[in-house]
Amino acid sequence: MSTQLPESETETETESDEQAPSAPVQQQRRMERKRARAEEEEREAVEEETELDGETYTLKVFRYDPEVEGKKRPRFDEFVVPYHKGMTVLDALMYARDHYDSSLTFRHSCRQAICGSDAMFVNGRQRLCCKTQLSDLTDPVRVEPLPHQEVVKDLVVDMQHFYDQMDAVEPFFQTNDLPSGLEEQHQTRENREKVKMSTRCIWCGACMSSCNIAAGDNEYLGPAAINKAYRFAMDEREGEELKQHRLEILEQEHGVWRCQTQFSCTEVCPKDIPLTEHIQELKREAVKNNLKFW
Amino acid sequence: MHEHDVVVVGAGGAGMRAAIAANEEGADVALVSKLHPVRSHTGAAEGGINAALRDGDSWEDHAYDTMKGSDYLGDAPAVETLCQDSPKETIQLEHWGMAFSRDDDGRVSQRPFGGLSFPRTTYAGAETGHHLLHTMYEQVVKRGIRVYEEHYVMQLAVTDHEDPEARRCHGVVAYDIKTGRINGFVANDGVVIATGGPGQMYDHTTNAVANTGDGAAMAYRAGVPLQDMEFVQFHPTTLPSTGVLISEGVRGEGGILYNSEGERFMFERGYANNVGELASRDVVARAEQTEANEGRGFENDSVMLDMRHLGEERIIDRLENILHLAEDFEGVNALEEPMPVKPGQHYEMGGIETDENGETCIEGLYAVGECACVSVHGANRLGGNALPELIVFGARAGRHAATRQPETAQIQTGPSAKSEDGHVDTPVTPGEIDAGSEDVVADGGALLDAPAPEVVERTVARENARVEELMERDGVNHAEIRADLQQSMTRNVNVFRNEAGLKQALRDIRAAREGYRDVAVSDPSRTYNTDLLHTIETRNLIDLAEALTLSALAREEFRGAHWREEYQFRDDEQWLKHTQVAWNDGRPDLYYTPVILEGEGGEYEPKERSY
Repeated sequence: MSTQLPESETETETESDEQAPSAPVQQQRRMERKRARAEEEEREAVEEETELDGETYTLKVFRYDPEVEGKKRPRFDEFVVPYHKGMTVLDALMYARDHYDSSLTFRHSCRQAICGSDAMFVNGRQRLCCKTQLSDLTDPVRVEPLPHQEVVKDLVVDMQHFYDQMDAVEPFFQTNDLPSGLEEQHQTRENREKVKMSTRCIWCGACMSSCNIAAGDNEYLGPAAINKAYRFAMDEREGEELKQHRLEILEQEHGVWRCQTQFSCTEVCPKDIPLTEHIQELKREAVKNNLKFW
Repeated sequence: MHEHDVVVVGAGGAGMRAAIAANEEGADVALVSKLHPVRSHTGAAEGGINAALRDGDSWEDHAYDTMKGSDYLGDAPAVETLCQDSPKETIQLEHWGMAFSRDDDGRVSQRPFGGLSFPRTTYAGAETGHHLLHTMYEQVVKRGIRVYEEHYVMQLAVTDHEDPEARRCHGVVAYDIKTGRINGFVANDGVVIATGGPGQMYDHTTNAVANTGDGAAMAYRAGVPLQDMEFVQFHPTTLPSTGVLISEGVRGEGGILYNSEGERFMFERGYANNVGELASRDVVARAEQTEANEGRGFENDSVMLDMRHLGEERIIDRLENILHLAEDFEGVNALEEPMPVKPGQHYEMGGIETDENGETCIEGLYAVGECACVSVHGANRLGGNALPELIVFGARAGRHAATRQPETAQIQTGPSAKSEDGHVDTPVTPGEIDAGSEDVVADGGALLDAPAPEVVERTVARENARVEELMERDGVNHAEIRADLQQSMTRNVNVFRNEAGLKQALRDIRAAREGYRDVAVSDPSRTYNTDLLHTIETRNLIDLAEALTLSALAREEFRGAHWREEYQFRDDEQWLKHTQVAWNDGRPDLYYTPVILEGEGGEYEPKERSY
């Protein structure tokens, strides 16, 4: 069982609260019956499909829903999906959802590794489901939500903390020195090359989820946010003055010095961003800059 | 109930640009989006942004190329606005720090693209959209613009005057995906729809799963016509197994296409004797499909795209992302072997009819980006013209919504622009099915002329009823209906079209509509109920697919991306006009409006397109 099971089944807003004024008892009963049926059908469907011909993969998928009786206690469901060449973990999840259990919930959109919404914990490692081939994994394939984040439902985690950390580094371009009108700022090819990898981040959250330090220190900015800061600190168009300002943000107590160079973020990054190196480089810049070790 | 001056629905490139522009005018803006903004599909755009930035180029040349590319179905005032504003807006992105690729002198790089007479496509590697999207989101954060992420807008709150042009949009109703609560949003000054394309009506598409045309379908049902929906762009280079896009930049940099007989068919088979692979997209897509149909394709009916001769250094510098896509999604090392590619649904040229300010015929309702049809792409969009559309018309719509400045638009919208009625023989009665509780499940409808909060509240009540009904009852899973619809569209309303196929599609769409009467959501939970979300989306896909297919059946000519077996010539005499489909109480009403070919420097004379 994964480590990120919710600590307690706290009362979230249930649908009966929301509909209280207008929801007659009759409707609640119908909904209860429907829920009971839904659970039953779901089990049947999963069992039925184990009789498939041809090559299959078995998914063991983490399930949790604060509102549904049978899913309040987290569990794993098994789905057996027919395999075809080139099939990804996301394809398999979609197959399971569309054919067996329409309540199976996960984020996904572009299915080409650019929207960043389907990072999950697959066979014990943070991966983007859309670019992970089933054939690269051992069967059965265990799919869980990203560790160290609160689970909203099934494979969906709450990303708010990740976004908050991003916001903390002033994640936008700043300069006091813009050319006027139609004139562009110049940037050398070398400088663009230097920041290139850092600009590839798709905010999937895999790095943050893999980071032991972030897991233990909720205030640590974390690899994604530091990388975002790197992207601007190293961009020559912002100028020296702003670079100082950025370094001040980064060398705060829960900034770059928290990193213990375990490289887990770099290892899991689906866009191959050298996150750990970026963090180290910012540490060096901070030292050059004089500053404090926490 | 939330209240803002301007409510923008959708937070991709167009939506965020609109929000920023409205914010700059001092408006209190809300971005309401079913995804987090950085998840938007703008991020998947690869090629670049066309802008006349250099000596030797001019906005007039850009406009000329665009009019020609559109097969003379673009409206000159819109096309000229696009080309005039694009340099300013592109440089604006640079000033916001966007990571454009650079020339040796430090200026932004530009490259050649299909259908362009000058290398004016400004780019950031082969991931321009990703950089544009993130740059824009950075500005949203910087300005503290309120973002309601993972809020799915299900309905517009519009008054119910008989005449659509007398209606007013007062806000929207959105489902908070995380909690299941249905909230009203009052928009004091305007609602901007920027929800992107409807690619999910096809099963082989470059579009994200979220691209279900929600905004276009909502505007359509609220009374705004859908314009030129028959013009669907099939991108010539998508990976056969997934539909993942391989940028036109590959051909722009010199990539070549060949068939299973080793012929460079764009030249050798005479499809485009002058520019070969760099002909406009409709031309290349048809060429490929013809090769496949005549047995000169590879398995999966694909052809090969080869970029090995460009050399590793140039590929890494300008097309690195393509290497990753080819490897991850097709298992091909594109440095060592060619990539299989085939045409795939990519872009809907048509959409919500708007003027150059993004405004529709309903007061206070705007649309921008792929969901809209201001008519810059006409019958065929040039590569590199979608991103400038987002920033140019996004900014204009945002500004206009916030200020209501009476900038007169030259493009007239709504039924009063009608030039003639359309007629088409259909094998089934398209449109509404009136039965039982259908109106609750299907639609808002039946709104009223009342103060804004009341209109919004009523809409919230109706949407609550609709959702309760969908969740309580038992029935068919929407996924079956969606899959049937997607397959029929791909089979019948694709690169090549004929009357029998289009009529079959209409029958299948009718069947989908009937099937949808019994649709039900089986997930009983209010928390993050994607079953509910996809069920509502599916209804939107049905309505848009129908408008598209009707428009295609009616247009009896061959223009741009719209190829008809029975009509192999462009017929300027009869068809130099825009198709409009209006909802009209559930019965699609077909009519036409004139194309505006008169630009600032005179008329764009329709000529034969040769490349």
